[in-house]
Amino acid sequence: MMRGYLDMELLRFTTAGSVDDGKSTLIGRLLYDSKSIFEDQLDQVKETSERRGSEEVDLALLTDGLKDEREQGITIDVAYRYFATPKRKFIIADTPGHIQYTRNMVTGASTANLALILIDARNGVVEQTCRHSVIASLLQIPHLVVCVNKMDLVSYDEIAFKKIKNNFEDFASKLDVKDVRFIPISALKGDNVVNRSDKMPWHEGATLLYTLENIHIGSDQNHIDCRFPVQTVIRPKTDEYHDYRGYAGRIAGGVFKPGDEVTVLPSGFASKIKSIDTFEGPVLEAFAPMSVTISLEDDIDVSRGDMIVRTNNKPDSKQDIEVMLCWLNNKGPMQRAKYTIRHTTFEAKAMIREIRYKLDISTLHRNEEEKSIGANDICRASLRTTKPLLIDSYRRNRNTGSIILVDEATNETIAAGMVI
Amino acid sequence: MTKYNLTHLKELEAESIFILREVAAQFQKPAILFSGGKDSICVVHLARKAFHPAKFPFPLVHIDTGHNFPETIAFRDNLVKKMGAKLIIGSVQKSIDEGRASEEKGKNASRNAIQTVTLLDTIEDNGFDACLGGARRDEEKSRAKERFFSHRDEFGQWDPKNQRPELWNIFNGKCQIGEHFRVFPLSNWTEMDVWQYILTEKMEIPSLYFAHQRDVIWRNNTWLPVSQYIQMDDEEVVTKKLRFRTLGDITITGGVESKADTLEKIVEEVASARHTERGNRADDKRSETAMEDRKKEGYF
Repeated sequence: MMRGYLDMELLRFTTAGSVDDGKSTLIGRLLYDSKSIFEDQLDQVKETSERRGSEEVDLALLTDGLKDEREQGITIDVAYRYFATPKRKFIIADTPGHIQYTRNMVTGASTANLALILIDARNGVVEQTCRHSVIASLLQIPHLVVCVNKMDLVSYDEIAFKKIKNNFEDFASKLDVKDVRFIPISALKGDNVVNRSDKMPWHEGATLLYTLENIHIGSDQNHIDCRFPVQTVIRPKTDEYHDYRGYAGRIAGGVFKPGDEVTVLPSGFASKIKSIDTFEGPVLEAFAPMSVTISLEDDIDVSRGDMIVRTNNKPDSKQDIEVMLCWLNNKGPMQRAKYTIRHTTFEAKAMIREIRYKLDISTLHRNEEEKSIGANDICRASLRTTKPLLIDSYRRNRNTGSIILVDEATNETIAAGMVI
Repeated sequence: MTKYNLTHLKELEAESIFILREVAAQFQKPAILFSGGKDSICVVHLARKAFHPAKFPFPLVHIDTGHNFPETIAFRDNLVKKMGAKLIIGSVQKSIDEGRASEEKGKNASRNAIQTVTLLDTIEDNGFDACLGGARRDEEKSRAKERFFSHRDEFGQWDPKNQRPELWNIFNGKCQIGEHFRVFPLSNWTEMDVWQYILTEKMEIPSLYFAHQRDVIWRNNTWLPVSQYIQMDDEEVVTKKLRFRTLGDITITGGVESKADTLEKIVEEVASARHTERGNRADDKRSETAMEDRKKEGYF
């Protein structure tokens, strides 16, 4: 058992949904069936359920964290849940379906390998299904698992499932998603969640948990384009490491090896990797998302915000950047306002030159007339920065293709952007 | 497993190291809040890895309630010596003596809540703009909503409904003078992950975590250690073989009966545990939202 636990992979997935579509029940079941709910947590939930006069134990209470949420029966913010099976450890970013929907879903989606989309079998593909899917596609979540839930309420009917699947596929053909799977489930009764349902012998695919445990996530990171944004410079200045100068960072793409010919950007100085160091000693290769310290053969000036790349494969260096922006705060973009832009470990100032169109995330309609942007809007914009950014397209690399904008007055993160 | 995959522990480690380096780079005066518990010991261990071969650029801050397990203090002093780290102690007794905080009365009195006063004073006196802590999101329901970089206003307060969104690996640590951040590098770790990590890294931890004989009383559904700080009625003192799953003040930390006297056995025990690790913490049991209420005030 111990060996197994040490070999486990990590899968991050996001869920979204409103109160009625069974999301809390589904999460509750995954946690409960994987024995991730403890007796005292369950006792507390039972107690609260009874106090409110509800007869059944309300599993949704397990996923509500804040006082206001439990009192109002709503979810306010992204909540993170953890469970593990002998095969994988899972991190669920659980996002609410209504309040600040886009902002929270985008946040949860930004680090996810997989999105779980819930469809109520009685209602089929609805506006909210489309919004979830569009955001999953915009944020380039590599895998989509569509669970058609409440199959027990449509008599486990194969035709009902097929119809929803076809409708979803029609809509998804307009999206940029690579891997979509469909599973008919009943979260309440447990059909096809952890255990195979004997009520739906017509379903040839896997159960939800089997899918989560086995979906291939090894190619989710970019292992082609070598990108190493420098976080900080390590100079021990001790007798033992008197001349040591290492660049600490987390690999954002590609595979680095000692001896590789590299270029430091933006300066353009070329060198070779002398060693890739960790606390345990030097390593022979390093890949995303490892945190390492790189030392170079030549003594050149490198500091935070610089990027070490392979000499024959460089990112774009640009001051005019096209992005899909998700607006996160209530005050929309201000005319000629300057924002702080953060990209990997680099920081500059930026202004929004033009809003090109606003995207209706239910229909994918691009509205070029509507330029007023507020909280939870998604738009395409062109930005101008004070210094060049070393970017890849977000499709190619989520780490080097993402930016945030920070309000200079309030220091709040007000927008998130994906480089086109 | 394909070639370019990390195990979940290695991925969590890489994430935590990234966070620790961001804190060093983004803040002027960061510190580690060190309680002597396993989670803050993990943070120190990760900090050592993140800046190797240099020393980590954070002092350790201990908020000393005066109601400690002596084992915790001995462990702290030994660790500080071994790391060559700087230790800053904020004394709750001093806050009480100066009239900044007043002691709770009665049999279940503890200094847990009033240490927030000392903590905030220590942060202000030293001008810390970021305090690293070992809190994890799986510990408690309000902590499940925490960010890695958690903003605190000039009163040290947490506003859970108005948190900054955190996307990808881009962390925004900008704040006004007088405000600060709490940063939680272990956000995505679970209790099991921490124990597995302690085991694989062969880390030293206080002896209190291992099963040992101790005089205890049965109160509030847990075995509370007998000490000079606890008021006892005619409760019966018994000797039990037990261990502690979390370490807080000696007045509020209950033990669980256990035979686990090695790390391997602890991991087995955690794997089959049916109660949360904070289930024996009197401070969380005061109300359903005890942690959230304290966190809003500026608690750890």
